[in-house]
Amino acid sequence: MLTKTFSKLLLRVAFWMLIIAIVVFSTFPFYYAILTSLKTSEQLFSIDYFLTSFHFGNYETVLSQASFIRSLGNSLFVSTLTVVISLLFGLTAAYALGRVEFRGRGAVLLMVLGVSMFPQVAVLSGLFEVIRWLNLYNNPLALVFSYTIFTLPFTVWVLTTFMRQLPKELEEAAIVDGASPIVTLFQVFMPLMWPAMVTTGLLAFIAAWNEFLFALTFTLTDDQRTVPVAIALISGGSAYELPWGIIMAASVVVTVPLVILVLIFQRRIVSGLTAGAVKG
Amino acid sequence: MSTKSDITQPIPASNRLSLLTQRKRMAWLFLSPMMLVLLAVAGWPLLRTIGFSFTDANLGNLHDYQFIGFENYLVYEAGEWYGVLADPLWWRAVKNTLFFTVVSVSAETFLGIIVALTLNAQFKGRAWVRAAILIPWAIPTIVSARMWGWMLHDQFGILNDIFMTLGFIAEPVAWTADASLSMWAVIMVDVWKTTPFMALLTLAALQMLPSDCYEAAKVDGIHPVRVFFKVTLPLVAPALMVAVIFRVLDALRVFDLIFVLTSNSADTMSMSVYARQQLVEFQDVGYGSAASTLLFFVIALCTLAYLYLGKKRMESY
Repeated sequence: MLTKTFSKLLLRVAFWMLIIAIVVFSTFPFYYAILTSLKTSEQLFSIDYFLTSFHFGNYETVLSQASFIRSLGNSLFVSTLTVVISLLFGLTAAYALGRVEFRGRGAVLLMVLGVSMFPQVAVLSGLFEVIRWLNLYNNPLALVFSYTIFTLPFTVWVLTTFMRQLPKELEEAAIVDGASPIVTLFQVFMPLMWPAMVTTGLLAFIAAWNEFLFALTFTLTDDQRTVPVAIALISGGSAYELPWGIIMAASVVVTVPLVILVLIFQRRIVSGLTAGAVKG
Repeated sequence: MSTKSDITQPIPASNRLSLLTQRKRMAWLFLSPMMLVLLAVAGWPLLRTIGFSFTDANLGNLHDYQFIGFENYLVYEAGEWYGVLADPLWWRAVKNTLFFTVVSVSAETFLGIIVALTLNAQFKGRAWVRAAILIPWAIPTIVSARMWGWMLHDQFGILNDIFMTLGFIAEPVAWTADASLSMWAVIMVDVWKTTPFMALLTLAALQMLPSDCYEAAKVDGIHPVRVFFKVTLPLVAPALMVAVIFRVLDALRVFDLIFVLTSNSADTMSMSVYARQQLVEFQDVGYGSAASTLLFFVIALCTLAYLYLGKKRMESY
């Protein structure tokens, strides 16, 4: 009897140790980045596991750099506009794909899925030419344009799934009332699609905010860059003199909004991820 | 435009038919913005990339180029083979990418299942733990590469300190510079960043499982480990397979993490890093496009495999 309760206790302890391990493994690097960002450059050379210093100099340096603020603005602009365009075009496409039976629908869905698998580097030279031709090189709009390659297929795919689940009677009633398809979509369906749109919009925002390859290739000057590129290009005199405190402060500034979004919308994000991959 | 009074009267057959064709036409009209955008950002650029791979185009002047056939891929000239397929660095990149993909996706799947099984249990604070594992997923790849770059620092990195305290290593290790370790460092960061994705997809599949199988197994007194391999794993396998293929396709095109953590080092260079280096740094659009095209076909083959597996899902549409 005693051994049974003892092994039960042992199992409980092991279970909680596993949970603690998962939490520490997931959050430690971000915690350590915050800890590092609050150190002075001399303190960087001593290794600490707990907060010992509250030095905000690194943040002051980062936030007083005009180009970093510009990059933050560019990232916000690019991500927001990408989300708006993806949702708008995704919604109209999802309406056609989710509510109308027509020949070629399967082929269109396959094509959308195929595009979402594209390696970005495979379109790099062709896209570079298109962007030069549109006169958008070194312009954040080039990024909005190119980011639709990964946000739009995903948006279409998830919104189509949600659109198909809405009751048929709604649309029939709208048609009987003589509503045009545009009115049906935006006044009947859209109010019901909000949860799905928030989810896909969030995922598209995070994807656009984090993108690096296109941002690195299609922009040239500091004032046109987005934050991931700005952070990747922070450098010191040599590889051994990187200003780690400043890099960590910039990293924290860029990541905190995302972490807050994720904590607020975690349920939506999880359902969006699974809708995109598992339920399809 | 029909009004209410029209509807109350019976609609003639011919009229109904035209209503249906009208609806189909409307569908294509609604599809057209999305189709046009995808054509402009994906379809056309892909064709141009494939086209460029048969030319000697240069990034400085994209208008002035000549058709050179397969020379970018493979050519025999004055007793030597040239081209992407004859470049040892390319094959190194292929090997690196495959190694990275196999090892990191396997590790992520294994750890993902463990995390998902843990989170599937009922316990206090589960929502918080789930939120915590979402953090690595939300952090931009560039930022995680930088954060880990600092943690893996050879002199002042905390990882060396932890490992030395635990007695795993006797002296500090240069994780990102040492040729035999840098790929493992890249894999470690990728596993950290993408295990949450795997765990959440597995968790979603676990939560859809019927509970009666488990009750039956419990009544029969079957060991939980046996239940896992005989009941749980087969039931979540389809969902897990989809997640694995998603990750494989993602890992095959890996770029940001390797580029920031180890820059253009040959020890960790992936196919995407190789193609971009040729294309942008060496300005050789023809040669770089040839490498990109090869990568595209590798991924296209994997995508076809995915579509074949996902066929069941398509049939439900």
